[in-house]
Amino acid sequence: MTLFFQQLVNGIALGSIYGLVALGLTLVYGVLKIPNFAHGALYMVGAYITFVAAVVYGMGYIGAIAVAVIVLAGIGVALERVVFNPLRHAPRLHSMIAALGVLLFLEAGAQLAWGAEFRRLPSPFSGTVVLFGLPVATQRLLVIVAAVAVMIGLSLFLKRTTTGAAIEAMAQDRAGALLVGIDTRKIAMLTFAISAALAAFAAALVAPLNLISPTMGEAVNLKAFVIIILGGMGSIPGAVVGGYLLALVEVLGGTYISSSFSQLIAFAVLVVVLAFRPTGLFTRGV
Amino acid sequence: MLLRTQKLGIDFGGLKAVDAVDLVIGAGAVTAIIGPNGAGKSTLFNLLNGFHKPTSGRIFFEGDDITGLPSHRIARRGISRTFQTTRLFPTASALENVLIGYRMHTRTNLWDAILRTPRARREEAECRDRAMRVLEFVGIPELAPLPVGSLPQEAQKRVAIALALVSQPKLLLLDEPAAGVNANETAALAELIRYIVSSGTTVCLVEHKMRMVMALADTIIVLNHGQKIAEGPPDQICSDPAVIEAYLGGRRDA
Amino acid sequence: MRVPTTRILWLAALLAALAFPFLTDNLYFLSIVITAFITAIAVYGLNVLVGETGQLSLAHAGFFGIGAYTAGILAVRFDLSFWLALPTAVAVTAFLGFLVGMVALRTRGDYFAIFTLGVGVVITGILDLWEGVTGGTDGLIGVPPPTRIGPLTFESLEAQYYLYLFCLALTILAVRNLSRSLVGRTLLAIRNDEHLAEAIGINVGRTKRLSFTISTSLAGFAGALYAPFLGYLGPSVSGLVMMFNMLLYLMIGGAASLAGPLVGTLLLMAATQGLLAFEEYQLLILGPLLVLSIIFAPTGIAGLVNRIGQRLSDRKTKPGPSAAPSSPSPKNRARPSHAPPHAEAGN
Repeated sequence: MTLFFQQLVNGIALGSIYGLVALGLTLVYGVLKIPNFAHGALYMVGAYITFVAAVVYGMGYIGAIAVAVIVLAGIGVALERVVFNPLRHAPRLHSMIAALGVLLFLEAGAQLAWGAEFRRLPSPFSGTVVLFGLPVATQRLLVIVAAVAVMIGLSLFLKRTTTGAAIEAMAQDRAGALLVGIDTRKIAMLTFAISAALAAFAAALVAPLNLISPTMGEAVNLKAFVIIILGGMGSIPGAVVGGYLLALVEVLGGTYISSSFSQLIAFAVLVVVLAFRPTGLFTRGV
Repeated sequence: MLLRTQKLGIDFGGLKAVDAVDLVIGAGAVTAIIGPNGAGKSTLFNLLNGFHKPTSGRIFFEGDDITGLPSHRIARRGISRTFQTTRLFPTASALENVLIGYRMHTRTNLWDAILRTPRARREEAECRDRAMRVLEFVGIPELAPLPVGSLPQEAQKRVAIALALVSQPKLLLLDEPAAGVNANETAALAELIRYIVSSGTTVCLVEHKMRMVMALADTIIVLNHGQKIAEGPPDQICSDPAVIEAYLGGRRDA
Repeated sequence: MRVPTTRILWLAALLAALAFPFLTDNLYFLSIVITAFITAIAVYGLNVLVGETGQLSLAHAGFFGIGAYTAGILAVRFDLSFWLALPTAVAVTAFLGFLVGMVALRTRGDYFAIFTLGVGVVITGILDLWEGVTGGTDGLIGVPPPTRIGPLTFESLEAQYYLYLFCLALTILAVRNLSRSLVGRTLLAIRNDEHLAEAIGINVGRTKRLSFTISTSLAGFAGALYAPFLGYLGPSVSGLVMMFNMLLYLMIGGAASLAGPLVGTLLLMAATQGLLAFEEYQLLILGPLLVLSIIFAPTGIAGLVNRIGQRLSDRKTKPGPSAAPSSPSPKNRARPSHAPPHAEAGN
């Protein structure tokens, strides 16, 4: 029972990370219709920035998170301006290939800057707290609470503010958004900034729990894609629900079936879902 | 009677885009489908050529039930169509654009292609020949070698029609053939459509330009909110109170 | 005009390729060119799918890996001769490609790219984890070079060079015939507009599966040549970097062109040899290079050269001001005199 409870908490913590990463991916897809293959690389860079700010510059963990989020938001804007905006009228194929170019560039850049070896961010909250009579790692609890807070904040922002409504409007229909006077340029940049910032935030939260390496984003990237296909490409609640679902299946499957199996679950899910529902699980009619 | 639908309908998430439409397209005639924007005209075309699977009703073509067949098989049975916006390959020549329309009647396979067998050569020549002849038929043989993207709108529309005709369809569906061209060009396209019908192809068109519709159509079918509200010859449609009601506030003659 | 010019260029390229081993005794150069030849075969396969059919598959390197490992395993563990291992590897890859294509091509566009990304990761994962057969992370060691056939032996690198050149020439010839045929035009019609293609009677699903199978077969062919040439294999042959490189060669050289894949592969492989000292950081330059080329020269080198060639020939053939095609007026449009297209209608 204790094992189950602990794995459940692990699953929810992992799901929080998946959810944040998938949220950023689905936002960009919804608004700009780009499957951003470089998203996982943004996550990886976010982890390194947190590491550098915390370990090299000796900032506090919270300060390091803030730095990573801000830097990545900037990188997100730059990506939109330099790479994706010039390609918005080109065939979709070109944006996808360009995203791959960005992915490989960021990985090579990380390797040049920080080396190929694994890094570890010492956990600032190494203790455990007792929850319902059972011990839970403080860092995991922090991951869950912070991620959920950000998810709630983001959905409030999208629902309650004019800028948020503009993002939603553009996700529905870019040409229409232009007609009703939305500055699509600004919204595109903002969406990329939020998307990259979410990835950085997720990476910063998970950094004390996992190893940091230039290729750490690849698996997360594919999983985020699986999640948004499950949840419907462009759907925000879909990304969150899909994130928790995949993480729980992975963690519990890994515990009770086989641990090498857990890494293959995402791909198995992808194959099965797309084989039977080629346009995803929750897509609306045309 | 070439094509007939029986209570044909489709709904998109509860919205009935086309609702229990019975229609008949007579062979050798021009049938026009009109209606206000969003009446379901294009959706009806998409049902007839198999892009959408109907949620209710049936479609019969030459007496055979073709409901639910994939579009490429419907095309092979002899229903061809054009699109509102031309979707031609802009950097390829008019001839190259059109010749692929005859592909459905050829049998060249991968091995024929790689080994350049006599069949591959013969069929390619045949496609070119057919394409050239149909470009002559639509009146633009001199444009055959030019890239389609460099041609004016009206010529592009003719290429698109040629592409739909090269397979020798029995029924040609034209989706707003005169959209985006001026009055002179519209008259010229109407003349072409009449010529197509006189050569034996049945035509069904969706069009907003009423003058053209009135002059061309033998039968007009009026759709509103996905339902057929009137059907008959042009003069009868003009005075139909339900039609006038549907168009009220909209344009009656544009 | 342009057709003879291109033919002369191809002939010149062939002569240069035939003469190359006599011009250098640097075996290192020779092996780089061989690697480029083999890679180019895979890039031609990618071109059929991405360039001509417009479907971005990110599993191409995966199928290259399948071809390589199948040939390698057959040679190492079953002592199969190269001449049996090669066709078997191609057949295995084509069959797997066909199966994957059946499922993957039910999806479209973005979903297809994402799906195939997953397929690629799974293939690399299997090559990595199935240690008993593939050798796992350590790789497959000791793949023998091509065995003799009749009087021909392939012990020397020069002999291997001609073998791989022959395979490349065969590929280019086949791909050329394909892309100029009605089958090739059918692929282009799908790339141009799937709906239009479907409306003119093309079975889009089946044609895409065909394209995918051709593309994976060529990847398998290239892989099966790669294994005996290199002598060892690691899971990275099917990895993301390999995939990226192939896309890079294709896009820089020029997608949907005949010369593009060869030009892109040769040029970039030669150029990156200079960067070999910084192998890990190559991508720091190549990543942005790919992005820039897609933004500023989406048709690649072949497209640029073509445009220049066209401008030159235009200047030759059209002395006066270019006669812009104008729509003939409806009044003087000559009525066609031949039989209407319906003269022989009917099924």
